[in-house]
Amino acid sequence: MTDDVARGVCFHCGLPLAATACETLQGGEKRSFCCPGCAAAAELIHSLGLQAYYRFRTAAPDRVASEGSRYGQFDDPALQGGFVRQEGQGSVAYLDVRGIHCAACAWLVDRALQSVPGVSSSSVNSATGRARVTFDPKRTTLSSLLSRIAEVGYRPSPISQDAVGVDPDREMKNQLKRLAVAGFGMMQVMMFAVALYTGEFQGMDAVMRSYMRYVSLLVATPVMVYAGWPFYAGAVNALRSRGITMDVPVSLGLLLAYSASLIDTVTHRGEVYFDSVTMFIFFLTLARFMELVARRRCVNVTESLSRLLPALAHRLRADGSLEDVPVTLVKPGDSILVKNGEVVPADAEISKGSSSLDESMLTGESSPLERGAGDTVLAGSLNSGGPLECRVKSVGQATVLSSIVALLLRAQTERPKAVREADRMARRFLTRVLLGAAVVFVAWHFIDAARAFNATLAVLVVACPCALSLGPLIALASATSALAREGLLVSHPDAIEGLAGATTVVFDKTGTLTAGRVRITSIEPASNHDASRCLEIASALEAGTDHPLARAFSGRGRLTASDVSVRPGAGVEGCVDGKRYRVGSRAFALDGDSKGALDVVGDSAIVLAEEGRRIATFELADSLRPEASRVIASLRDKGLTCEILSGDALERVAEVARSCGITRFTARCTPKEKLERVRSLIAAGESVTVVGDGINDAPVLAGASVSIAMSQGSALAQASADLVLVQDSLKALPIAFAHARRCKWIMRQNMVWAATYNLVAIPLAALGWVPPWIAALGMSASSILVVLNSLRLNRGARASARDTAQPAPQLHRMAA
Amino acid sequence: MAILFLLIPVSLLLVLFGCWAFFWAVRSGQFDELEAASWDILADDPEPADGDSHPTERAP
Repeated sequence: MTDDVARGVCFHCGLPLAATACETLQGGEKRSFCCPGCAAAAELIHSLGLQAYYRFRTAAPDRVASEGSRYGQFDDPALQGGFVRQEGQGSVAYLDVRGIHCAACAWLVDRALQSVPGVSSSSVNSATGRARVTFDPKRTTLSSLLSRIAEVGYRPSPISQDAVGVDPDREMKNQLKRLAVAGFGMMQVMMFAVALYTGEFQGMDAVMRSYMRYVSLLVATPVMVYAGWPFYAGAVNALRSRGITMDVPVSLGLLLAYSASLIDTVTHRGEVYFDSVTMFIFFLTLARFMELVARRRCVNVTESLSRLLPALAHRLRADGSLEDVPVTLVKPGDSILVKNGEVVPADAEISKGSSSLDESMLTGESSPLERGAGDTVLAGSLNSGGPLECRVKSVGQATVLSSIVALLLRAQTERPKAVREADRMARRFLTRVLLGAAVVFVAWHFIDAARAFNATLAVLVVACPCALSLGPLIALASATSALAREGLLVSHPDAIEGLAGATTVVFDKTGTLTAGRVRITSIEPASNHDASRCLEIASALEAGTDHPLARAFSGRGRLTASDVSVRPGAGVEGCVDGKRYRVGSRAFALDGDSKGALDVVGDSAIVLAEEGRRIATFELADSLRPEASRVIASLRDKGLTCEILSGDALERVAEVARSCGITRFTARCTPKEKLERVRSLIAAGESVTVVGDGINDAPVLAGASVSIAMSQGSALAQASADLVLVQDSLKALPIAFAHARRCKWIMRQNMVWAATYNLVAIPLAALGWVPPWIAALGMSASSILVVLNSLRLNRGARASARDTAQPAPQLHRMAA
Repeated sequence: MAILFLLIPVSLLLVLFGCWAFFWAVRSGQFDELEAASWDILADDPEPADGDSHPTERAP
């Protein structure tokens, strides 16, 4: 804790201490805070006895907004009806809490809520950032819950009841239960099946055989009815709309095998196939469950984008006084005030004031943009400068943010062309098997009617598509866990297959190929000036600001500046050792002209001047990741084409492209243009992997064949990507491609095996030469062979990684 | 082998119990949040007298 003081960072949020820093005494220790907001949050956390948060958190929280918003509006009964539901004795509200980065955050919010008198229960989900609170409306109010969350440093907003809708977890829970029933049932039935098949061999008395069959029937029935229900429902729906889906042959096969087994059990004749039935249901349910998990992740992404907006807006009344209103009530034409550190609630035009706005969440632009009266500000951008008075132009669905969300949604609904090969094959295969089974039945009916049913079922059993549907599943799962060990998380089941087939890799620049941190590339002092002395002077002046460009100067000297004044968007003026200096844009530094705004995009030179005379020029640039060129070279060795699509200026992109050896690049791309470029590549037959970060990349990422996000990017890009790099390094990329190809190769082996096996076994079964126990044994052996082959991927991970990996593992960067 | 007539129903009862337990777990939200619960054990401990000697403290 004393370390924090020594390092000069805020005890609460870990940001460097700036001019607004303050110190307080807490728990007998002196702690430094960057702002009164953080100090107050830490004070409250301490007084609630929740200090454990500081020990267990794994990520630093956001800086606490200096001025706690007032949430009184939400207690208005008319408005509250939309947010609070009566449930038994208490009221239930769902809150969206922004700023939750780790499990410790969720814990803190949870405890903070429970410390409010009148709250009977609360639960906070760290994954979705949602809180559910039950409270006694007589003892507390919605606004006091919201204020308490705001006081410990998070930004809450109530979720309207319409948005909550049905419990989003409900479908998930039902599927999980079905999976459990199918799994338990399968295990039991398999056990009885082994006894039955052994009995077939060694002889088993008729009573025991019958008993085993009835027990199997007893277990298989709930699996058939409960776990299999979605398939029948799907099949009925498909038939009603005159279509055919996977559900139709599945249901038909299940019903046929089940009813035949049922009849055989009751009549003590023939064979039973309950094992095949339950196994089939289990694996299909497993596949559906995984699909559901993936789909839900997409929904969460879109939700978190919409969450960028604040809950409240400060609206200016006609008489100039302020009122806080929920953002949904803001209408075009209203005047609103956006304070420092707040998110702009709607697209608006600045009517008074100027400030720098961080639009990185929207456009991916890494440097804040200077905006003054008459300029447009976008909903979702962060005001990092002075207060702005704006006139609202568009709200809700009409905002740019909403259109990005819409773009993202559309890109998500358009499934990549690489539909899972195995699924398609299994479907085709199933249809043919069913047709074949029908043919077999008819043929045998004329040859030897007594053997017709058994031969038909032998075909169905021996041709159980487990080898097809199970193989890829396990191959992908093995590859997924192998990749996870290398620092790559797979979040979409198609990702590995897509990676294996990739032909082009598209990189975003900022934060992907570059580290996303600005640094000084060169210092040009005027004659008779010393470069390091100039740097120290500039650092002293820039120490008072928190502009991103100023960060490049931090920690470069021990000089202190006095009489510092900051001109937003232009530079800093102040005295060092009795001399007056200005540092900033050329125009400002030389002429004191603060109107010539610093164009942080095109010209990144910073000038230091003494009494209007230039004494040094600093060139700033974002540094290239050290491993970037090696990774690109390695990707090219694998036959992949690399390309850069960036929203940044041409010179910078060209520079980066040159230094890592990429010849194809496009600068100044909007998200839409990026998506179009990716689409046209895909249309030209390429399989495109996009590596990026930031929300602006989200539509592009979703439109790509495969998307990879850097974990340092915003949480959203992580969630919407097929793969997430957990290390702040590109090193794992070549390994991922090598691995995916290996996985694909093994999957192809499995396919070939399954095809060979089925081509041999089915005709034999159709001819009536395969007794049921051989059919079942063959089917199981085939499945096991496929599984074992797929599991080789797990073991072979290291081997394939060794060829390409750089040995030194990168330590996770500690949250500073 | 007659013992099977007893053992199998017993095993089925156990399966039934397992199923019920799983259903209960799903319904009561045990699988909703798999990460936060593990933190609760650590965090509910009373603050140790000297916070620095705590084994889980992370080095900056």
